[in-house]
Amino acid sequence: MVFENLSNKLQETLRKLKGKGKLNEKDVDAALREVRLALLEADVNFKVVKDFIAKVKERCLGKEVLESLTPGQQVIKIVNDELTMLMGQSVAKLNHASNPPTIVMMVGLQGSGKTTSSAKLANLLKKKNHTPLLVAADIYRPAAIKQLQVLGEELDVPVFQMGQQDPVTTVKAALEQAKRNRHDYLIIDTAGRLHVDEELMDELGRMEKAASPHEILLVVDAMTGQDAVNVAQSFRDKLGLTGVVLTKLDGDTRGGAALSVRAVTGCPVKFAGLGEKTDAFEPFHPDRMSSRILGMGDVLTLIEKAQSSFDHKQAQEMEKKLRTQKLTLDDFLEQMQQLKKMGPLNQIMDMMPGMGGLGKKLKGMSIDEREFVKVEAIIKSMTKKERLDPMIINSSRRKRIASGSGTKVQDVNNLLKQFDMMQKMMKQMGKMGKKGKGKFPLM
Amino acid sequence: MGFFSRIKEGLKKTRTGIMSRMDGLFTRNLFDDQFYEELEEILIAADVGVETTLELVENLRRRVKETKAKEGAQVVELLKELILNIIGTEKSGLVEAAEKPTVILVLGVNGVGKTTTIGKLAARYQGDNKKVILAAGDTFRAAACEQLGVWAERTGCEMVKHQGGADPAAVLFDAVSAAKARNADVVLCDTAGRLHNKTNLMDELKKVYRVVGKAAPGAPHEVLLVLDATTGQNALAQAKVFNDAAPITGVVLTKLDGTAKGGIVIAVARALKVPVKFIGLGEKADDLQSFDPKEYVEGLFAQN
Repeated sequence: MVFENLSNKLQETLRKLKGKGKLNEKDVDAALREVRLALLEADVNFKVVKDFIAKVKERCLGKEVLESLTPGQQVIKIVNDELTMLMGQSVAKLNHASNPPTIVMMVGLQGSGKTTSSAKLANLLKKKNHTPLLVAADIYRPAAIKQLQVLGEELDVPVFQMGQQDPVTTVKAALEQAKRNRHDYLIIDTAGRLHVDEELMDELGRMEKAASPHEILLVVDAMTGQDAVNVAQSFRDKLGLTGVVLTKLDGDTRGGAALSVRAVTGCPVKFAGLGEKTDAFEPFHPDRMSSRILGMGDVLTLIEKAQSSFDHKQAQEMEKKLRTQKLTLDDFLEQMQQLKKMGPLNQIMDMMPGMGGLGKKLKGMSIDEREFVKVEAIIKSMTKKERLDPMIINSSRRKRIASGSGTKVQDVNNLLKQFDMMQKMMKQMGKMGKKGKGKFPLM
Repeated sequence: MGFFSRIKEGLKKTRTGIMSRMDGLFTRNLFDDQFYEELEEILIAADVGVETTLELVENLRRRVKETKAKEGAQVVELLKELILNIIGTEKSGLVEAAEKPTVILVLGVNGVGKTTTIGKLAARYQGDNKKVILAAGDTFRAAACEQLGVWAERTGCEMVKHQGGADPAAVLFDAVSAAKARNADVVLCDTAGRLHNKTNLMDELKKVYRVVGKAAPGAPHEVLLVLDATTGQNALAQAKVFNDAAPITGVVLTKLDGTAKGGIVIAVARALKVPVKFIGLGEKADDLQSFDPKEYVEGLFAQN
């Protein structure tokens, strides 16, 4: 894959830089060229990249680097600093109305995921004991209202709709209803529209005027390419955008659009959509996005995800094991069970640095949740000794295990192979743990 | 609006974006490094992608040297040629099965416009007096079936559906069987949007492909991957993985009526050698046009 080449190259270049005691402009240029290509390949808009590189270069050739004892490291730090600065540093919260309801309007292109995100946001709020009301204001797409109704029913959140009425009228009536029924949040799902469609953009303007929303969230598909800046600019010019929702981040896109949109609108990304289920919706951590865009994984998110599912002690034990690389099949089983709690495995793999490349090697280890059941059965059919030392599992033991777990010898073989790979993976993580004190885990 | 003016209309924004900068470049007669760098930038801005762009520009440098081109306009022609070498020069239509019905499977990630494309294709076939059956294979997303139902009503086609959550392969099998029984010409199979990195969903797709293959000889006769023109480099990964699960016979490039340039299709064509068959230029039933590579490239580089 192109990507891996680029991020490997980038890492290679930065690593070389790191060892240098003295830098000249040529070193910096070579490194920044790779940074530039990586950002472009990640779909960051070329203008944004240009400004970014110029800024980084200026700082790199300034005093702080030249007078530093470790100029290479300084350069890396600057790249990371500037990326984080561009992306924003802290998690941005949803605005509150001092006088409820808080009105949230979701806007964006067709297919960016407004309806799904509206429902997910309602779900998130409901879990925090709020009483959201969803408003179906997409009167154009066939069955859009129905889609929101189905989702509302699933979540037990009421959905307000007035059919194909002018959405401005619908919004006004919804506001009345929200006040009457004491809903503290009103989430308006608007129709997808092209930013160059003046008529429909005007309609949004009228809706904004009618509702005076506290939040207008631009819903952006994380896979968006260079055009993200045009879209963001048009929506920003027309409406008082307050934030961005980045959807489909559970894909394998680098998500450079996040940087572009942030640079153009100045609005923080507030939420991230991470899957089709209604609870796959999280506050967005801007500080972690930069390493994803550069293709360096996201150790922090992984650790936090692990912490929310593991209890602390278990996590410590696991960390120790990861570091010391001693892993038995028992641990493997336990981990799989813990991982199950953390959500789809492929999501977790994506967050591990270096997994991009490993994904290829692990192709045989396709991660299917259903496999868990099988794996559990197989491991549980092993003796204590076998679990501690899988090396002793010869062919007759394999046969016994297979028949004991109701699987085939092939399955047992596969599992052992997977386990072997897992161990190798852990070794890699262990190594990373030792080196990766900074924010660039693979340095 | 005629076809030509329509694609021009759709590509006008593409053109104004790309061309206002291109004009300046191609009236220049000095081809220095900065010239090529600017050219790189223009292609990148159209989402062509780093690798394809670097290759195109490198080849262009070589061609300029070989042909001793001296004028900007000549260089434009050379670049057009190079792009056409990748995406092909001829229009590419839909296959018709030797034995009715022709089965067309439509795939893509979430929100690219699969259902809308099917609606438009249905209208197109209806216009040719073909009997069309729509198969509601998206049994996952809320109200996806209702959405297709609206298109069935609009175009006057029949639709075969099951309950929500049903096995999509079964729905499509039934639809093809129904098409045979009712002597329909075409079955348009909708599928749920899926991100290509979800192994289980891609496995489901493999099954769908297999089962549809059993429903009629040679089916599916077309496997169309729908790509959103606003998508960046990820579209290439999408195309590769979908192609592994169900070999693609053509690409539909949607939402080309915005400001996005859809240049990623050049990278996709380069990697998979699959033709772009249609472009989507709006939400109306007749907003689906055959993709004409020459016109597309011409549109990209036309002088205003």
